[in-house]
Amino acid sequence: MTGPARVNRSSLALAIIAACGAMFALACGPDMVEIPIETPIQPKMDVSPFQRVLVIGFVAGGSEDVDANQETVRLLRSQLRTKSSLKVIDADILQLIEIAKEQSQTTPGSAPEDASATGPANRPTDKASQTLALPKDIKEEKDLEPYERLFANTAYWKRIGEEFQNPLIVTGTVLFSSRTTSGFVQRDQETYDSLGRRIVRPVRQYMERKGFILRPKFVFIDGRTGATMYSESYREEVMYNAQQNTPALSSYFELMDRLVPNFLSALSSQKIRGTRVLLK
Amino acid sequence: MKVPVAALVAFAAAVSASPAFADAKSEAKSQVEFGINVAQRGLWREAIYRWQKATELDPAYVAAYNDLAIAYEHEGQLDKARKAYDKAIELDPNNAQVRQNYELFKEINDRTSQGKQK
Repeated sequence: MTGPARVNRSSLALAIIAACGAMFALACGPDMVEIPIETPIQPKMDVSPFQRVLVIGFVAGGSEDVDANQETVRLLRSQLRTKSSLKVIDADILQLIEIAKEQSQTTPGSAPEDASATGPANRPTDKASQTLALPKDIKEEKDLEPYERLFANTAYWKRIGEEFQNPLIVTGTVLFSSRTTSGFVQRDQETYDSLGRRIVRPVRQYMERKGFILRPKFVFIDGRTGATMYSESYREEVMYNAQQNTPALSSYFELMDRLVPNFLSALSSQKIRGTRVLLK
Repeated sequence: MKVPVAALVAFAAAVSASPAFADAKSEAKSQVEFGINVAQRGLWREAIYRWQKATELDPAYVAAYNDLAIAYEHEGQLDKARKAYDKAIELDPNNAQVRQNYELFKEINDRTSQGKQK
């Protein structure tokens, strides 16, 4: 009988100590509490008139290792499918560079009705699409400028809209280019002293670096009118040690990953998760 | 008539030591703690009410403004969140926790307004 009684007494003592500890912790408890939050972000555009979205294609240039038109359309469509309430239209991706070139070659004043007779809406109908000096290759930002007129061609976009029953049209430009730099960079160097203590010191080191720059411009067009509703431009860059061999496509996705939340926040409400510290 | 600084300090000390002031501070602290409790259960609007009350009871209570700012963030009221953070930082510019919360808030706020609209 004495054995169990001793066990019970020691259990009781432990319970009392634990309870006292808990009471002490409550009384002098921490002055801060970490809490998860979800910040809702309202869309930048009113997309309520649309039930469907058409990511039609981009004027793309820069590195030849990545088909930025194809990849951007595929990525945005898949993101919109899962993260927006709009129905995504699966349609052939347009080669907007070719369309812009066709429009620039057509003589000013060609009749709009000719376009319907010759197939998809790729004939100019207003001054915006008249003769342009389009660069042969798109290598830098200024090469994209002449293509801007394509987005101002409301008649063209209206016809695309009619073809797909007036959706929200997503288009724009994408420049994905490689970059090489060299210079001093600061990095932390880890060493251990004679007592085995870890020491971290910032050191400046000359490095050859290479990487990529992504400069997309997203243009949102009202398929009912052909007018631009909203557009925004971004610039993201990633640099690696010159010895590191990172495929261009991986870098493209790394950079697009950073931009996709911004793109989505233009047309659908988003919730951004994080944690904050509440104070007492 | 010049009032000596020492007299002003003594007066402020006497006021802050008065039972009414102490009661208000203690009530504000209770409100903040209750707000934290309900926020942890997801009742953010109730938490906002409690933390607002705490700022009214004790207008120099940094924690109340910090917590209020977080609640506004959670509710998507970013302008109100910024104002509450600004007030908390104004009251205690060296508070590392408030600054850290504010930096995280700014990141979200900047992200929503990022991109060059044309």
